[in-house]
Amino acid sequence: MATATTDSLSAHSFRVGRILWRELTTIAITMFGLLLITFLIARVIPIDPVLAVVGDNAKPDVYEAARTELGLDKPLWQQFAIYVGKVFTGDFGKSVLTSQPVLTDIKRVFPATLELATLGTLIGIVLGVPLGVLAAVYQSRWPDQIARFIGLFGYSIPIFWLGLMGLLLFYAKLGWVSGPGRISVAYQDFVNPVTGVILLDAAMQGEWDAFRNALSHLILPSALLGLFSLAYISRMTRSFMITELQQQYVIAARVKGMSEARVIWRHALRNAMVPLLTVIALSYASLLEGSVLTETIFAWPGLGRYITNSLLNADMNAVLGGTLVVGAVFIGINLLTDILGRLVDPRAR
Amino acid sequence: MRGIAKRIAATAFVALMATAAYAQTPKDTVVMAKQIDDIISLDPAEAFEFSGVEVGANVYDKLMGVDLANKNALIGELAQSWTVTPDNLTYAFKLRPGVKFHSGNPLTAADVVYSFQRAVVLNKSPGFILTQFGFTKDNVLEKIKAVDDSTVQITVSKPFAPSFFLNCLTSGVASIVDSKVVKANEKDGDFGNAWLKANSAGSGAYSVRAYRPNEQYALEANPAWYKGAPKNKRVIVRHVAEPASQRLLLEKGDVDYARNLSKDQLAAIKSRPEITVSQGDKGYILYLGLNQKNPNLAKPEVREALKWLVDYEALERNIVQGTYRQHQAFLPNGFLGAITDKPYKYDVAKAKELLAKAGLPNGFTVTMDVRSVNPINDIAQAIQAGWAQAGVKLELLPGDGKATLTKYRARTHDIYIGQWGPDYLDPHTNAETFAINENNAEDARSKTLAWRNAWEIPEMTKTTLAAVLEPDSAKRAATYGALQREHQKVSPFVIMFQQIEVAAAGKGVSGFIIGPSSDTNLYSGIVKN
Amino acid sequence: MGVWADYLISDAPQSRRQARLGQFWRQWLALKRNPLAVAGLGIVVALLLVAAFAPLIATHDPLAQNLDRRLLPPSSAAWFGTDSLGRDIYSRIVYGARVTLVIVMLVVLSVGPIGLLIGAASGYLGGWVDRALMRITDVFLAFPKLILALAFVAALGPGLENAVIAIAITSWPPYARVARAETLVIRNADYIAAVRLQGASQWRIVLRHIVPMCLPSLIVRTTLDMAGIILTAAGLGFLGLGAQPPIPEWGAMISQGREYIFDQWWVATFPGVAICIVALGFNLLGDGLRDVMDAK
Repeated sequence: MATATTDSLSAHSFRVGRILWRELTTIAITMFGLLLITFLIARVIPIDPVLAVVGDNAKPDVYEAARTELGLDKPLWQQFAIYVGKVFTGDFGKSVLTSQPVLTDIKRVFPATLELATLGTLIGIVLGVPLGVLAAVYQSRWPDQIARFIGLFGYSIPIFWLGLMGLLLFYAKLGWVSGPGRISVAYQDFVNPVTGVILLDAAMQGEWDAFRNALSHLILPSALLGLFSLAYISRMTRSFMITELQQQYVIAARVKGMSEARVIWRHALRNAMVPLLTVIALSYASLLEGSVLTETIFAWPGLGRYITNSLLNADMNAVLGGTLVVGAVFIGINLLTDILGRLVDPRAR
Repeated sequence: MRGIAKRIAATAFVALMATAAYAQTPKDTVVMAKQIDDIISLDPAEAFEFSGVEVGANVYDKLMGVDLANKNALIGELAQSWTVTPDNLTYAFKLRPGVKFHSGNPLTAADVVYSFQRAVVLNKSPGFILTQFGFTKDNVLEKIKAVDDSTVQITVSKPFAPSFFLNCLTSGVASIVDSKVVKANEKDGDFGNAWLKANSAGSGAYSVRAYRPNEQYALEANPAWYKGAPKNKRVIVRHVAEPASQRLLLEKGDVDYARNLSKDQLAAIKSRPEITVSQGDKGYILYLGLNQKNPNLAKPEVREALKWLVDYEALERNIVQGTYRQHQAFLPNGFLGAITDKPYKYDVAKAKELLAKAGLPNGFTVTMDVRSVNPINDIAQAIQAGWAQAGVKLELLPGDGKATLTKYRARTHDIYIGQWGPDYLDPHTNAETFAINENNAEDARSKTLAWRNAWEIPEMTKTTLAAVLEPDSAKRAATYGALQREHQKVSPFVIMFQQIEVAAAGKGVSGFIIGPSSDTNLYSGIVKN
Repeated sequence: MGVWADYLISDAPQSRRQARLGQFWRQWLALKRNPLAVAGLGIVVALLLVAAFAPLIATHDPLAQNLDRRLLPPSSAAWFGTDSLGRDIYSRIVYGARVTLVIVMLVVLSVGPIGLLIGAASGYLGGWVDRALMRITDVFLAFPKLILALAFVAALGPGLENAVIAIAITSWPPYARVARAETLVIRNADYIAAVRLQGASQWRIVLRHIVPMCLPSLIVRTTLDMAGIILTAAGLGFLGLGAQPPIPEWGAMISQGREYIFDQWWVATFPGVAICIVALGFNLLGDGLRDVMDAK
C-alpha cells in the first residue's frame, strides 16, 4: 500500500514536471517569436535609427561613426543574434532616445501604466460586477437592457475621443480634475519615487496634498479605461450569472426559503466568481500592456507610449525590451489565471 | 453594506472636488511648458537640437557671446579680450579672472583646452562647427594651447573671416566644461560624455538638478554666477506636447510660461490681459525642396512657376500668424547679409504661363512628403489646394518626422516640406547648406540641402566658399546679398517663412529673453511678482 | 404571403433551400423582436445609404478649402461648423461614411477567410500543424493590438490600404481560435467520419464540410468585430497613420480637431459622434444576431 502511494506520487510529480517543461518551452518559443517579429518589423520600418542619435544636421563622418556604434553595419541576422545573446546575460541594451539602459526606462514607465490599469480595473469591477448581476437577475427586462446598452456603448466609443471630451468638460470647463500628466509640477518634488507608483509613494510618505493632486490627474484617464473594463466585465458577469441561476442549488436554496438577495449575492455570485476571475485578469492584462491612445491623450508617461515612441524613432533596444515586458505580462497573467482556475475550480482538474 | 458604499462614494466625491483648487507654482520657481522631446543629450559637445542647446545656454559659459541689444554684435564673455594676428590665423584669448565652476573649481585655460579637445575628439553632431577650422583629434592639442593659466591660443587652418570664427565660438559646442569634474566621470575614454548626457559641469547661471527624458528637466540657480545671481531659484521645464494643453496650463496658473503656442492659441489669449507674449526672430526657415531628379521639377520654368503658386500672404494670415513671418531668402533676418526681398506672391496666371512654356500647360502630378504635425500639415494641405488651381496635382505623403526625413536624406522624394535651422550665428551655416554642392554623386561626402535636392551648382559653390575667406564684414554681407538674389531666381527651394519664437508668460511673470538662436534663450532674468 | 410564411416555417422542409430559407426567416423574426438589434440594423442601413448617396446628402464639397472661413461654429450655413482649413465638417463626415465602409469591408473580407482557414486546418489536422499554427497565433495575441498595427503601418507607410492590411494582420488570431474550437467539436461528428470513409481528401473535408459549419459563429463574431475594426482604424487615423489628407477619415478629423478642442469644440466632437453611432450600430446588430444565431 505504502509503495503504491509513493509510486503514484512520483508519477504525479513526473507528470507535473512534464507539464511544467512543456509550458516553459511554449513560453520560450512564444517569446522568441515575439522578439523575432518585433525585430523584423522594426528593421524594415523606413526610418533611419541613426537620426535619433545624431539629428538631421550631422555631418557624414559623425553619421557613419554613430551607425557603426549602433552595430547597423552588420548583417540583420547577426544584429538579432547579438541582441538575443545579450538578453540571455540580462543586458537589454541602451535606449538611443533616452540614452539610458532600457531596463531603467521600463522601471520608470511601467509603474505609470500599472497605476492607470489597476485603478481602471478596480472601477470596472466595482461597477461592472453589480451591473452584470442585476442584468442577469432581471434578464430581458429593463435593467438588463440598460446594462446591455452601457456595455455595448463602452465597446463603441473611440477612447481617444472620449478622453478629449472628458478633458474639455471636466478639466477645461468645470475644473473638477487636473489636466494631462501624472502630477502637477508644484507637487512632484515632494514625492520620492520609491515604488514609482505616485499614489503609493505619496501615501507612504504622508504627502496627502501630493496624493490628492496625483489622484486628480489619475481619475479621468483611469475612469476611461474603467469604462471599457466595465463593459467587458458586466457582460461576462451577466452570462456567468445566468448560468449559475439555473443551477439546482439555487432552486434548492430558494425552496429552503433563503432570501433572494442571499441566494444571488452569496451563493450564485460566489460560484460565478471562478470564471469571472479569468475575465478580470484578462482585461487587466490588456490594460497593463499600455493603452497607447489614452496615454497619448493624457500625456501619461507609460509603457504604451514608450513603445510607440521608440518604434517611431526606430529605437531598436527600447522597442524589443518593451515588447518583451508586454509579452511577459500577457503570458504571465494567462498562466496565473490558468493555475488559479485549476486550483479553485474542481471541474477543471 | 449599503452604508459603506455610500460613505465611499461621498469620500470620492469630496476628494474629487477638493482637487479643484489649483496649486500655484512656488514663488521662486519658474515652471515652463514646452516641447522638449527633441533632446538627445545635455552634453554641450553633443547637444544639437533646440531644447538641448537651450539647456546648455543656461548652464554653460562660452568664450564669446552676442549682444542681443546691439544687433547681435560679438562680445567677449569668458574671454575678457582677444587678439588676432594680421594673417587671420592665430587668435589669443585672455580669460576673465575669478570665474568659478559650480563645483567651486576655478575656470582656467586648461579647462578651455580640455573642452575644445573633447568636442573635437568626440566629434558628435555639432563637432564640425569647430573641426571646420582644421582641428582634428591628432592636432587639436597643438592648435589649441594654454599659454598660461588665463590665456588660450588657437590657430586655424585658413585665413577665415574673423567674424566667422568668432561667431562659431558663440555656439553651444564651444561651451567650457569643468575639466576636473568631467575627468572624474570619464568612462572608457568617453570624455565624460555618458555622464554629461544627463548631468552638468559648468559655470553658468544654472546647474542641472534632474533630467528625465521626454518628461522634464529641472535647473538650480547658481548664486555665484559671474554675471550675478539669477533672479529666480529654480527653473523646471516640463514636456507638454499640445499647444492647447500648454495654453490651458498657463491660464490656470499651473505653469508660468507656455513656449509652443500656435497661431490660434495666441489669438485666443489676446483676450486675457494678464498674459503677456514676448517674441524673437528665430533662424528657422520653412521651405519646399524640389528634387531635381524629378524631370518636371528640373525644368527652370516649373521651379519658378511653383514659387508663384504659393499664397504666402493667405498662409501667414490664416495658419501661422504670430509664429512665422513671410521670408523668401535663405539667410534669416538678424544674420549678417540677410535680405528682406520678397519677389514672389500668389499669381496663378503667371504660373500657368510658365508651365505652358515648360511644355506642361495642363499641369502635372507630383508628391510631397509631409511631417504629420501642425502647422506643416495645414500648410501642405493649403498648398495642395492652391496648386490645383494651375492644374498641378499634389499628392501628400504624410509620415512621422523621422520617416520623411529618412526619405529626404536618401533623395527619394519629389518635394519635401521642411524646416532648416542655422547651426551657428554666421551666414555661412545656411549658405553652405542651401548654396554649396561640391559633388552631386550618390556617395558624396558632404550632403547639404542642395545635394539632397540633387541641384548641381559648381559656380555658386565657388562663390559661397570664397565668402568665408572675406575678412571685410561689409563686403562679405554684400556677397551674401547677391548670392541670395540669384538663389531666389534659380534655386529649387521655395522659401516661404521664417520662424518667430513666442513665449507667453502668466500673470506677473516676466524677464525671459528670446535670442536669435536657442543658444541665446536665457532664463536668468525671469521674475515672478 | 400566407403561402410564403407557411413555406418558410414548415416543419418538414422539402428541400435544402427551403430548410435554409426557413431558418433565416425564423432568425429574422427573432431579431425583429429585439428593439436594440433593430435599432442597430437601422443605423447600419443608414450608414449604407449615406455612403451611397453622399453627394446628394452633403451640402459642400468635402475637400473645398476656404481659409477665410476657417474654424466657424455650427450655423445654418455650415451645420457642424468648419475645420482649420475652412472645410465643411458636415460634408466631410458624410463622405467619411464611405471611407469607414471601405475600411470595414476590406478588413472583414480579408480577415474572415484567413482566420477561418487557419483555424479549421489547425483544428482538423491536429498534430504538429496545429501546434505550429497555434504558436503563431499566440505570438500575435501576445502583442497589444494597436501597437502591432501601428508597427505594421510604420513599416508599410501610412495610408488607407496599409491601415487595412495592418488591421487585418492583427485581427485574424481570434477568428482562428474560434474556428479551431468549432472544428474540434465538428471533426468527431459522425457525418465527418462518414465523409472520410467515402474517401474524401483532407482538404475537401476542411473546405466543404468543416468551414461551412464554422460560418455562423464567425459571422456573429465578425459583426461584433466591425465596431472594433472601426475603432482601430479611427485610432490609426488619429495617430496620423491611417488615411492620408485630404481624405475625410473620421479618426484623422478628430486628430485635427484635437488642437482646437478647448476653443473650437465642434471640430473634434462631430466626427467622434459619428464614430460612436456607427460603432454602436454594428455592436447592437451583432449582439442581436448572436442571441438569434447562437441560441443553443
